[in-house]
Amino acid sequence: MGYKAKFRVWRGDAGEGELKDYTVEVNEGEVVLDVIHRLQATEAPDLAVRWNCKAGKCGSCSAEINGRPRLMCMTRMSTFAEDETVTVTPMRTFPVIRDLVTDVSYNYEKAREIPAFDGGDVKPGEFRMQQVDVERSQEFRKCIECFLCNNTCHVIRDHEENKEHFSGPRFLMRVAELEMHPADVRDRRQIAQEDFGLGYCNITKCCTEVCPEHIKITDNALIPMKERVVGRRYDPLVWLGSKIGVVKRGKGTPKA
Amino acid sequence: MTDIERLQYDVVVIGAGGAGLRAAIEARLQGKKTAIISKSLFGKAHTVMAEGGAAAAMGNANPNDNWQVHFRDTMRGGKFLNSWRMAELHAKEAPDRIWELEAWGALFDRTKEGKISQRNFGGHEYPRLAHVGDRTGLELIRTCQQKIVALQQDDHAEFGDYEARLKVFAETTITRLLKDEQGRICGAFGYIRETGKFVVFEAPAVVLATGGIGKSFKVTSNSWEYTGDGHALALLAGASLINMEFVQFHPTGMVWPPSVKGILVTESVRGDGGVLKNSEGKRFMFDYIPDVFKDKYATSEEEADGWYDDPDNNRRPPELLPRDEVARAINSEVKAGRGSPHGGVFLDIASRLKPEQIIKRLPSMHHQFKELADVDITAEPMEVGPTCHYVMGGVEVDPDTGAALVPGLFAAGEVSGGMHGSNRLGGNSLSDLLVFGRRAGLGAAEYASATTVSVPESEVEAAVAEALEPYQRDTGENPYAVHQELQQTMNDLVGIIRREDELEQAIEALGKLRDRVKNVAVAPSAGATVKEGQGPAYHPGWHLALDLRNMMIVSECVARAALERQESRGGHTRDDYPKMSADWRKINLVCSLRDGVVELKRQEMEPMRGDLLSLFELDELKKYLTEGELPAEEKN
Repeated sequence: MGYKAKFRVWRGDAGEGELKDYTVEVNEGEVVLDVIHRLQATEAPDLAVRWNCKAGKCGSCSAEINGRPRLMCMTRMSTFAEDETVTVTPMRTFPVIRDLVTDVSYNYEKAREIPAFDGGDVKPGEFRMQQVDVERSQEFRKCIECFLCNNTCHVIRDHEENKEHFSGPRFLMRVAELEMHPADVRDRRQIAQEDFGLGYCNITKCCTEVCPEHIKITDNALIPMKERVVGRRYDPLVWLGSKIGVVKRGKGTPKA
Repeated sequence: MTDIERLQYDVVVIGAGGAGLRAAIEARLQGKKTAIISKSLFGKAHTVMAEGGAAAAMGNANPNDNWQVHFRDTMRGGKFLNSWRMAELHAKEAPDRIWELEAWGALFDRTKEGKISQRNFGGHEYPRLAHVGDRTGLELIRTCQQKIVALQQDDHAEFGDYEARLKVFAETTITRLLKDEQGRICGAFGYIRETGKFVVFEAPAVVLATGGIGKSFKVTSNSWEYTGDGHALALLAGASLINMEFVQFHPTGMVWPPSVKGILVTESVRGDGGVLKNSEGKRFMFDYIPDVFKDKYATSEEEADGWYDDPDNNRRPPELLPRDEVARAINSEVKAGRGSPHGGVFLDIASRLKPEQIIKRLPSMHHQFKELADVDITAEPMEVGPTCHYVMGGVEVDPDTGAALVPGLFAAGEVSGGMHGSNRLGGNSLSDLLVFGRRAGLGAAEYASATTVSVPESEVEAAVAEALEPYQRDTGENPYAVHQELQQTMNDLVGIIRREDELEQAIEALGKLRDRVKNVAVAPSAGATVKEGQGPAYHPGWHLALDLRNMMIVSECVARAALERQESRGGHTRDDYPKMSADWRKINLVCSLRDGVVELKRQEMEPMRGDLLSLFELDELKKYLTEGELPAEEKN
């Protein structure tokens, strides 16, 4: 069953690095992460890699495999031909720490800017929500924070300068999740546009394509968010209503 | 040692899973400056893998449910070896902890009335598990993570600094707890993975929330972090562990392909109607209902199937017996030659639910089998077998505050012992994390208010020297090789079914491995320069070399306690002592360290309070307790 596979793995640190060639045993049913682990156990004990669950649930082992952003634990070796060279490189959008490990602190900083859930005056135990209403946000809460979507998004992938003004699909989806949360009382539409860079997104759906949880990020989170922002800013009836005082335009929640 | 960074906190929480995050939230809510130390990135802890749900007697699905019923189920599941006080607190407080999550933004699945939906699980009399599909652990950890961010945002508004009172140290590993001259905890020592730099946390109170020990076993559902760090740190600091012989083998782990062997298949599959079959197509669990549960489980397929819709007039299907019973049954079927092609049994949901129902209720299982095993669970059965999942044993704590025997040390979650007795019910872990995480955070905050400490230099020097050892040895064994042998030894000799001669063999083998662990060596990365007095940057071999010490210590505890307890109960099955003994029930086995060697002592348990005892029928108590322990007024 087993065969020897050709692997090219990026080795190095923030300073410099290179692709290194390895020939390594592969057995039936294995995934790329198994092969990386075999490299560690046999010839490269210092090979840096993040992983936790090895079951596609924690989102730690993100990398680029033959140029495709993927989870190493969910990429089966049987998807490659036996004579194919498998190239594993770190996520490109984030600075390398060592080997396959990148500095993903950008993501945690963006998470902190989004005003948290606010359930208003409802007491714990007294929330009543219908299944159909929670399902929209539940889809987004499936996110395992592998950050492959942010890694893939062209707004920041090759544009370091946009990072300051753009939270990436992951955190724009978090804004959508809170906006669609049936019990949340805040209004984050204004900051989605002005602080988190929703307008940068031109719905190419690359994020959706790489999401290992198959969340429809673009269709179900980003586009509806864009519509809500537009509704707030440009809806002529809302505009007229607010002018004549029939509609009260709520003040947007500032970023945290 | 002046170049080592020293940070001052009131409370340091080691571990960033459900228990650690809940403890940290509580300590911060009490106004304490709190550090959270996480071996992984923030939000990746093992809690994300919990699937089925969190048990809490909210009574949303069946109004007959209440804390007393939950308490009884928990004690039965643990075969009455539980700390009854912990089981009581857990059953009483779990609903508030779940509702609190909802107020922090969690989105559980709903009932028709819009309340939190509750699902069936093994050993729970009523549908009791709050859940989100089969990814409840992710919801729990993400909600706690987001609550921590919310608290940081409050601090940012108040002090202009997100981390003024609550900071997460991601990818940081603690290797030693530090103690002062009076024998109190005064902090913790560790390294930062990214840089290899050492760091000293000076703090009067430390909460251990490091989870379990599964990585000492070969077939496990646990992630790399589960190396028994907290268990070992506690022992090394002079605290004690109880019940270490009780290790839960979850009945349903994946068995094929080999690389995923051990990965969890949620109990919800059975809770939602899935059945276990052997190679002859027989639902074999009917043959394995033990005497203590005889009157609570169905004896025919018809009755079992009727229970899902009419639980008042039918008894429960035996597939929903507590995990220890199901795991042993699967083991027996495979041993008798009635297993599946890859050495497990069949778990069938495909013939029980419509494909769209399966995808809706068990989305991660559907995904996991499709991606990893090429199996479509809506069309064919899964192959499953037991996998090391959870350790019931852990740090001996005060039930109300989580305080260990060493002043300043607290523990919560899987690393603490007592709550689950000899076997944990599914769903009781997530609620345990919340209930006792909060209590330990509160206990630590109160203790920290009254205590100031300083860290003796000698403690830091010793910790630095120990951490650098494997790195400074020129020759020595590969830590990965030693780890694999340790896992094989524990799997083969201290696994699901145990025997005296094998346990003795294990202890001998572990003795030899202990010497080898002391001699593992790791080489610097090519081209990397490492400064004097710090470790190498992001060097997994070095990390494993340091974790091995902990796995070694806890493995010895498990093996020694397993040899000592001459009965079978819950997560401890002795082939040579197959019966449960009422005399043994009263006994906790307590592990401590003396001069680096594991010592074992027997300790009598405190008798259960009268009002709790009276929640059970006398006939049931007779199955577990000795004559002398039975309620006095009913004896005659």
